[in-house]
Amino acid sequence: MRIFTFCTIETGQFFSSGHTNNWAVLVCTSRFWFNYRHVANTLSVYRSVKRLGIPDSHIVLMLADDMACNYRNPKPATVFSHKNMELNVYGDDVEVDYRGYEVTVENFLRVLTGRLPPSTPRSKRLLSDDRSNILIYLTGHGGNGFLKFQDSEEISNMELADAFEQMWQKRRYNELLFIIDTCQGASMYERFYSPNLMALASSQVGEDSLSHQPDLAIGVHLMDKYTFYLLEFLEEVHPASQANMNDLFKVCPQSQCVSTPGHRTDLFQRNPGSVLITDFFGSVRKVEITKDTINLTSSLKPLIQSGDMQIESLTYVDQLPVAEIIHQKPKQKDWHPPDGFILGLWTLILLVFFQTYGIKHLKHIF
Amino acid sequence: MILWIQQSKAAARDEFQEELVIRPLHSGDIYASFQFRTLWDTDFLQEGQKVSHYRLFPKSLGQVLSKFSVRELHISFTQGFWRTMQWGQPFIPSPPGAELWVWFHDTVSDVDGNWKELTNVLSGIFCASLNFIDLTNTVQPSASFKPLGLGNATDHRFLRYATLPREIVCTENLTPWKKLLPCGSKAGLAVLMKSEKLFHSSFHSQAVHIRPICQDEQCSSKAWELRQTLNVVFDLHTSGQGKKEWSLFKMFSRTLTEACPLASSSKVYVDITDNPELSPATPLLGQAVVLGDRRTYSVYDLSRAETFGQLRSFNLLLRWKGDSDMLRPLLHAERYVAGFGLQTGEIHTVIYNNHPYRAFPVLLMDSVPWYLQLYIHTLTVTSKSRDNKPSYIHYQPAKDRHRPHLLEMLIQLPPHSMTEVTVQFERALLKWTEYTPDPNHGFYVGSSVVSALVPSMVAMRTNFTQDQPLFSSFVPVKEESSYFVRVYTEPLLVNLPTPDFSMPYNVICLTCTVVAVGYGSFYNLLTRTFQVDEPSPPLSKRLANLIRRMRGVPLLT
Repeated sequence: MRIFTFCTIETGQFFSSGHTNNWAVLVCTSRFWFNYRHVANTLSVYRSVKRLGIPDSHIVLMLADDMACNYRNPKPATVFSHKNMELNVYGDDVEVDYRGYEVTVENFLRVLTGRLPPSTPRSKRLLSDDRSNILIYLTGHGGNGFLKFQDSEEISNMELADAFEQMWQKRRYNELLFIIDTCQGASMYERFYSPNLMALASSQVGEDSLSHQPDLAIGVHLMDKYTFYLLEFLEEVHPASQANMNDLFKVCPQSQCVSTPGHRTDLFQRNPGSVLITDFFGSVRKVEITKDTINLTSSLKPLIQSGDMQIESLTYVDQLPVAEIIHQKPKQKDWHPPDGFILGLWTLILLVFFQTYGIKHLKHIF
Repeated sequence: MILWIQQSKAAARDEFQEELVIRPLHSGDIYASFQFRTLWDTDFLQEGQKVSHYRLFPKSLGQVLSKFSVRELHISFTQGFWRTMQWGQPFIPSPPGAELWVWFHDTVSDVDGNWKELTNVLSGIFCASLNFIDLTNTVQPSASFKPLGLGNATDHRFLRYATLPREIVCTENLTPWKKLLPCGSKAGLAVLMKSEKLFHSSFHSQAVHIRPICQDEQCSSKAWELRQTLNVVFDLHTSGQGKKEWSLFKMFSRTLTEACPLASSSKVYVDITDNPELSPATPLLGQAVVLGDRRTYSVYDLSRAETFGQLRSFNLLLRWKGDSDMLRPLLHAERYVAGFGLQTGEIHTVIYNNHPYRAFPVLLMDSVPWYLQLYIHTLTVTSKSRDNKPSYIHYQPAKDRHRPHLLEMLIQLPPHSMTEVTVQFERALLKWTEYTPDPNHGFYVGSSVVSALVPSMVAMRTNFTQDQPLFSSFVPVKEESSYFVRVYTEPLLVNLPTPDFSMPYNVICLTCTVVAVGYGSFYNLLTRTFQVDEPSPPLSKRLANLIRRMRGVPLLT
């Protein structure tokens, strides 16, 4: 959260962004211990986003597998991003909204479009409106035109583009920044056609995104190159920083990343040079300062007792009443009308009977 | 009658108590049990009472309770398995994974609907995937899991029980759990809860128990109690570096600096029955009878400033040596799967009664998922190699994709014996969409629950007073000569016949080739006819015939 004071920032810039709240949807789509780096990627973006001000209630974090408390993790409850265990991106204050088997293509699309079952709790919903800036970060294994979820299903670039169009039609975002760190990631944003979308990817079509460094104590690769340098860049950003999107496009050039990061800004209406990093990674609250005092009245309502209080004997229940259990009557099951199969069987028997013996025998029965 | 005073007194009667019990175990491990108890003096289930002021009781849980008319709620998240033979009995037992059992109020008309919504709301509060609890893994036990709080009626139609043995516990479950405490993790005993140390342990279990209890000694009205418990066992070798020397700093990498200001009592109990070396020394001693055993405790009262000493920090040092005889747990249970192959198997549950001369009944509850089809006609219960007929059996068969199996039996265990319950099953073939993304890991079957009233050597206290330590007042005691204990067995991991999901393209190609070759040959056999065909004459003959035709002379054959 940052509070604007009028004397330091020009009013033109104050009103230029046009959004009133920030949301982030961070998804890691890979399962199994050797995909530790994808969880570390997502958690490092989560950490930056939280540090720059977006609260947990506005972040939907989806992790397809648990690495921190995995039995193979030599340091439980930690996920490191740098070798020699310098930075623990898991932290002490993390809230994962979708975890394990819940991270599926269907749940991801439902979160984006808002079509969730009515009993879904608030922390699992993306309650954005038409003045929200949303950051969407995806990481995992992908290919030309698809992203793999948990080694069992895929989402295609057309489905993603359609989901964003649904969001636009329902006015669920003001501006959307899409970052993807997978192999051939640029193919995922090729098909976008809704306005106000900006996209970044870690590699072009035909290129693989590479992982950064293994840690010998943990035994797996800790981060992917693109997100590693993205994290380094974001660590320099603070809530009042003026860094803009052009700096973000320069993160991880080919000399460092081996793959060529790509970006797409043709659907975005503003000039990327005037878009602040904190427009998507941080949270803006425009605060109105008042000097008036507000009186709070005490609302102690009288407790009206209704009549006498019956003192019923309140006792604890016997935990294992053996005699009662042995003599328990079987539960009265609710009567259900007979099943279709039974009805059909009886109809068949009756038909055969009347066919064989004729209707005239009916009067003998009734 | 209008009572002004009652309103303010009721608001002030919310109470919060916290305690930590440290018990050194015989194997060199150390067992720490935190209990936080918030007492809420409002009966929101009464007519006309709308609660809008929450002081110590967390608002998220209070709203959940009143919306779904919950009478009792017990939820636990556990990582690891409690080893009864090495560690004794825990204060509050819990099975591996997540377990949720709820008693609803008898005014509820649609219990299943309330249950479904309650699991979704709790999955959002605790950041766990409790929304996977549905009718395929929920059971209604008919005799186990009687309410632990006040109440007269025990109609089991209002009870729902479910476990998720695969559920993982990590920092994301601890964070919202700590937020339910009045002091959070900033003051009091909760500052010790750092996830890097808590999850690097042999056993970690955090639970929330909500139930109605007696407000006072006369038990004339109800109050609501929220107990948050955290049990952790630190291993001698991974956390203790092999030495039976423990301190608060070694266990939690923190020391205590102050009690929670909102707590009416904040105490640390250390079990000194086996005479360990303890520093700093304390004059306060207490004795309590818990789990049928009388144990002596050193009590440190954190609300007194002198406990923290000159350095304003409290660090406990504990050292013990030698192996003295541990009181063998009187009731112990194990479970395993026998058999080979991917078609059939057998579940064996073994219950040990280690009492030298007393027999007592136990209630065994088994909830098996529908894809392990039990053959109940093969159920055998044997004790001391003789058939032991249970005095009560309740069996509800499974319905494919709707309901799991529920088997409850009341078995009398002879003294000093081993009872074995076996039942055969067959594995079902699931539809290809029902497999998890990692089906070769296997499928979990939840723990069996063995509930018993074990005869105790020491007389138990039957009435509760306010100054009793929390760990001895959890389960209500009705008679002095026995105590109630619940033992959970291991969960099972079974492999179901799994198709090879990596091969669909190859399989389609191969199948199509085989079908094409087979069908093609068959079609040819049926429809191909053979005709005799004259071979065409060689070129010289054709030329000769052409000349003969022009001459008008008969042609060559």
